[in-house]
Amino acid sequence: MEALTTFAQLLVGGVLTGLVFALVAVGLTLVYGVMDVVNFAHGEFLMLAMYATLGLALLGLGPLLGLPLAVIAMFLFGIIVYRVFVRRLLAGPPEATVFGTFGLLVLMQGLAQAVFSSDFLSVPSPPFAGTIRFAGLAVSQASVVEGCGALILTALLFAFVEYTETGRAMRAVAEDRIAATLMGIDVQRINGLAFGIGAACVGAAGGLLMLSYPVYPTAGVPFALTAFVVVALGGFGSISGALVAALLVGMLEVFGGFYLSPELKLVPVYLAYLVVVLVRPQGLLGRR
Amino acid sequence: MLARRLALALATALTLTALPLAPTGAADPPDIVIGSVLPLTGASAQTGAALRTAQLLAQDLVNGHVSYPLPMVGKSGLPHLGHARIKLVFADSQGKPDQARAAAEQLITQEHAVALIGCYTSSTTATASQVAERYGIPFLNPDSSAPSLTTRGLKWFFRTTPSDATFADNFFQFFGDLKRTKKIDVKKIAIVGEDGLFGAGAGDAEEQLAKKYGYTIVSRIAYTATTTEVNAEVQKVKAAAPDVIMMASYLPDALLFMRGFKDQSVQPQAIMAQDAGFIDPNFVRTEGKDAEGIFTREVFSLDIKHRNHAVPLINQLFELRFSGKPLDGNTARDFMGVLVLADALDRAGSTKPDAIRTALQKTNIPGNLTLMPWKNIQFDASGQNQGGSGIIEQIQDGKYETVWPFDVAVSAPIWPMPAWKH
Repeated sequence: MEALTTFAQLLVGGVLTGLVFALVAVGLTLVYGVMDVVNFAHGEFLMLAMYATLGLALLGLGPLLGLPLAVIAMFLFGIIVYRVFVRRLLAGPPEATVFGTFGLLVLMQGLAQAVFSSDFLSVPSPPFAGTIRFAGLAVSQASVVEGCGALILTALLFAFVEYTETGRAMRAVAEDRIAATLMGIDVQRINGLAFGIGAACVGAAGGLLMLSYPVYPTAGVPFALTAFVVVALGGFGSISGALVAALLVGMLEVFGGFYLSPELKLVPVYLAYLVVVLVRPQGLLGRR
Repeated sequence: MLARRLALALATALTLTALPLAPTGAADPPDIVIGSVLPLTGASAQTGAALRTAQLLAQDLVNGHVSYPLPMVGKSGLPHLGHARIKLVFADSQGKPDQARAAAEQLITQEHAVALIGCYTSSTTATASQVAERYGIPFLNPDSSAPSLTTRGLKWFFRTTPSDATFADNFFQFFGDLKRTKKIDVKKIAIVGEDGLFGAGAGDAEEQLAKKYGYTIVSRIAYTATTTEVNAEVQKVKAAAPDVIMMASYLPDALLFMRGFKDQSVQPQAIMAQDAGFIDPNFVRTEGKDAEGIFTREVFSLDIKHRNHAVPLINQLFELRFSGKPLDGNTARDFMGVLVLADALDRAGSTKPDAIRTALQKTNIPGNLTLMPWKNIQFDASGQNQGGSGIIEQIQDGKYETVWPFDVAVSAPIWPMPAWKH
């Protein structure tokens, strides 16, 4: 009985963990899907959003109230980064985006360290600090809020890409850039929009993550690393794939940690990744 | 407010008078250069700046003539060397071992430092002290706690701070004292720590000592500090049902574990932490009431004023020079480090490396003449100060209160820790 309760508890924990991973991964997969750019500075966008959320919280706009503002700010930031920087990288060889966005990572971490110092900063007495109990299981309110946020965000993004005119244009660009241009789609505009929306997604993620995590210049790194695995596992560019893969990674990590050993908790995650890469290189729900 | 201003004005006056008088004659002996390697840029630059300030404060007090109950302070320099003044020259390690090596080299060969002090992080201390060893120059380390630093068999290396092994030992001494005075019996211990040099080192020391003192380790968990979730780890601890959980964590992971323990109702008698994340100002700010009752080891507390009344005075002087930030474990240890070197230089009566080394070996400064909770400063054959110890603090009403050792404690420990409030 006790073993069963532990199993159920780990399952719930794994699902909620997976949803947090999905929260960070959807923005990354959208950008990749539309313009074939792996944004290595994705984690640093997240870090910036976390600092923005903290700043708003210190001004009296608690993490959830400040969230829409953080989303809008990050959307604009994403568009500016695209216009000023990524657009030029796209004109160069394919490696340019890899080195370029990696350079952006280094720059943003360095700037954050210079401006905010390397101290850990967190929202004072964050909301949702309580625990929810049901059927002998317990979860923190914050992780439930984060999980719901991830589901809503993924659903919104999915609906946007599938059912709106702009979303269809994005899919067209993703499928064939030249054909899309010939059909009269402004590829630069769509790319900029996708980059902005990708950044807005981490804006929302950063706002929600400040409920349970402190921010520091490299705060985005562990999340981004998992997000890269999630995106590759789920299929580059697939939003639903990212959600499925994130849940899988969350559960593998938690179960691996308990039934193998905490030191080895990432082993099943990377094993699954290896298997998928070998057996189904396009990822679980990938297109190509 | 007025009282505080008066106190500051008084402290300013004291510092000004503590400054050395203008040279009075041609026979002034040359300054004695002590080289200091610190992380003045890079990720630890802020700590580096604080340590530099503390060391310079110690230098000025040695060269000045206002005395405090501290060694070598207020004698207008070093009496046995014709009142020569000490002069700290700094070199930047950037927090990197190879840079620390270059910095030490530069201080010895170009600045002709007679002794070195530094370097804060254990990895930079390790490389800089190797350089000093090669040149045969005494190296005093006031602030790095990796146990391995004093097991390298170096002849010229001296460390005043206790190592992590000593801090771990303090936990078990505390349990012993609790058993004697309050009949509290701890049996089962869970050790949870991040898997880097810090957490693994602390965990190894705790495990060895637990065996030595006859406690049972019911769980030992190592995790990566940058993990984003600790579900499995918390369930492991819960299943082991320990009396005490010993933690070595940075802030993000400490917060994850605290939330996990609370959610899953993991209720030990006590959580004993190796400072780091648990003494970060954001820990209490974030955890609020949930932080109540957590024990953590510390190296220094302003509560030590009850043993040496120099503590608040030096703290005031430090605050004046460092934009109001109080003295802490790092700055207090670096301040003392400079005094220990000055004391050895004076007793050596010479700037010859051999003489300084011999004097360091004969150092014996009683604990109540330091800012620290130590018994005394006296080096063993490996260069480790034998009189060092830490203190144990407990979070009570949102504040860190010293609860052990009992002779510097300001409040009684609350045991067991309060139950989680859901």
